[in-house]
Amino acid sequence: MSESLVVPTMAEMLAQGTQPEVLFWVGCAGSFDDRAKKITKAFVRILNRTNVSFAVLGTEESCTGDPAKRAGNEFLFQMQAMMNIEVLNAYEAKKIVTACPHCFNTLKNEYPELGGNYEVIHHTEFLKSLIDEGRLTVEGGQFKGKKITFHDPCYLGRANKVYEAPRDLIQKLDVELVEMKRSKANGLCCGAGGAQMFKDAEPGNKEVNVLRTEDALETKPDIIAAGCPFCNTMLTDGIKHAHKEGEVKVMDVAELIANAQDL
Amino acid sequence: MSYLDNILFAILLVVGFGFFTASVKKIIRNINLGVDVDRKDNPKARWKNMALIALGQSKMVRRPVAGILHIFVYVGFVIINIELLEIIIDGLFGTHRIFAPYLGVVYDVLIASFEILAILVIIAVVTFWIRRNVIRLKRFVSKDLTGFPKSDANYILYFETVLMILFLLMNASDLHLQNVPGGYSHFHKAGSYPISQFLAPIFNGTSNELVGLLFEVFWWLHIVGILVFMNYLYFSKHLHILLAFPNTYFANLKPEGQFDNLASVTKEVKLMMDPNADPFAAAPVDENAAPAKFGASDVQDLNWVQLLNAYTCTECGRCTSSCPANQTGKKLSPRKIMMDTRDRLTEVGKNIDANKGVFVPDNKSLLNDYITPEELWACTSCNACVEECPVNISPLSIIMDMRRYLVMEQSAAPMSLNAMMTNIENNGAPWQYSQQDRLNWKNEN
Repeated sequence: MSESLVVPTMAEMLAQGTQPEVLFWVGCAGSFDDRAKKITKAFVRILNRTNVSFAVLGTEESCTGDPAKRAGNEFLFQMQAMMNIEVLNAYEAKKIVTACPHCFNTLKNEYPELGGNYEVIHHTEFLKSLIDEGRLTVEGGQFKGKKITFHDPCYLGRANKVYEAPRDLIQKLDVELVEMKRSKANGLCCGAGGAQMFKDAEPGNKEVNVLRTEDALETKPDIIAAGCPFCNTMLTDGIKHAHKEGEVKVMDVAELIANAQDL
Repeated sequence: MSYLDNILFAILLVVGFGFFTASVKKIIRNINLGVDVDRKDNPKARWKNMALIALGQSKMVRRPVAGILHIFVYVGFVIINIELLEIIIDGLFGTHRIFAPYLGVVYDVLIASFEILAILVIIAVVTFWIRRNVIRLKRFVSKDLTGFPKSDANYILYFETVLMILFLLMNASDLHLQNVPGGYSHFHKAGSYPISQFLAPIFNGTSNELVGLLFEVFWWLHIVGILVFMNYLYFSKHLHILLAFPNTYFANLKPEGQFDNLASVTKEVKLMMDPNADPFAAAPVDENAAPAKFGASDVQDLNWVQLLNAYTCTECGRCTSSCPANQTGKKLSPRKIMMDTRDRLTEVGKNIDANKGVFVPDNKSLLNDYITPEELWACTSCNACVEECPVNISPLSIIMDMRRYLVMEQSAAPMSLNAMMTNIENNGAPWQYSQQDRLNWKNEN
């Protein structure tokens, strides 16, 4: 944590006449939510350590429009999308990495039809590729022997069939990866998707995040790993609800990798 | 006089298939009430989906007990159709087991496999009945399934049991007569009867004439039963035995997370963002254009694949049992979304029939009269229902289209969502933070 983060913006890069290898799409949660900011920083620490040439849009980034679209406001979504596409195309963005599965899904699947064609990858896939290329080495470090369970974010897993990258990363840590009774294609939602994050739940007898946290706690984990800032919030709340804050931590896969490396 | 049977049989077939064709036409017409959507691209992937999912039952076995039992019933249904072909030929031409002389040993194998399948079907159907009525599995006793849907499921099971028993009794009486010393009438030795050979002894001590008559009774009841069952499909969730095939063929091939970008909205947004567009220009008037409606409030606003989905739904409830909102006691049930869509579509179809081919507004709609906003707002769009459906139905796409109507036509989103959307409009984030602060995290500890 001692070294300061190097976070160039696309504007700065352009001024220098360079184009980064990847554009890091931070997302609203990653930019503003106190918990999610830690995930953003952990990911940037890895990028800095591995000398990946990247840049962010900074103040030029805006909401992808995902929550508006899932709430049914197609107008607002397309306005956001077209504004973002103008910015991204102006910078001639080719490859985008993001730590938010909702941004990932929208940029990857819904932007092309509106004129935004990029190679979009989730940060777990990107970290996996860094390891595969030998640019990043990970050893168990402080997590060695810990029991970790991974919660599949719906918009990463079912929606886009990315199941293995986060698991491969976790296994690099020399830990015991345990699966919940519902995982991968059968995974249970954290309760935040479809704009639910921004509203109260309809009347029922339980909150979805509480149910999902129960799934996770059944595996008796030391850490619940997630790959989505919204899942992270929901599961953290679930852990508080179960009064397990002292025993179980909720961490993003990027944080696990960064912490294992003592970054 | 001796042709009376054959003529009667031919009339029965014509009537049976005639009614059936009329029903099919009505279903096709109703499905075509939906908005057009292109699902003819990539035929290779579509045929593959149909082969694996509908024909190969690949998604059924995600729940192994129901899946394997279902495969018994399904294979039984498909294979026994070969026997049905023989029955129809025999009925029309007054022959008896016409395939037997031509197929030889193959015929023995066929009949034997039909019999084994028939008994497997009975075992499966009895187990299904027990699961529904004795064990009362949660997804079968839900409040979605009251009244007709509940009885429908049982009727189908009773029907199948009776048909299979008739088939076995028909074979048993046939076998009994085949073994009459010196031969009896036209009952020549043919086929192999691994199951009904154990039933045949019940005819011992009965006169050959009576057994012959019983054979006729079983034979006729069996074929009449099949024709009645075929015509029952129109009213029943059992329609999936036919529609599962087109439904999997036309299913969405795109990633589950990709929601369509409404083209009508794209046009308007582009116009809005075009600096050269004259903001005061009147919109070009197209006399023939239907007034644009964003999202769906009734079945005619949905696309034809969504309507096909509704007719295909078997009400198995796998979607609902995997839905996070439903599991936490909320009102949303993806199965109910599909059942409501079908019920409303049937109602609209009846309205059209009653009014000589035109729909007369009935002051009802799918939204509110069938599906409430509370159900729609409970959805997390997690795609569990879509993933779970054994025949690739998407309740989520209907939920999303109806949310679009609520938001874009009625401005009826929950307050908190309106606040979120205002924030996105003003600050480019769902929370009330300034866009200028987006990079502040960089220097925070």
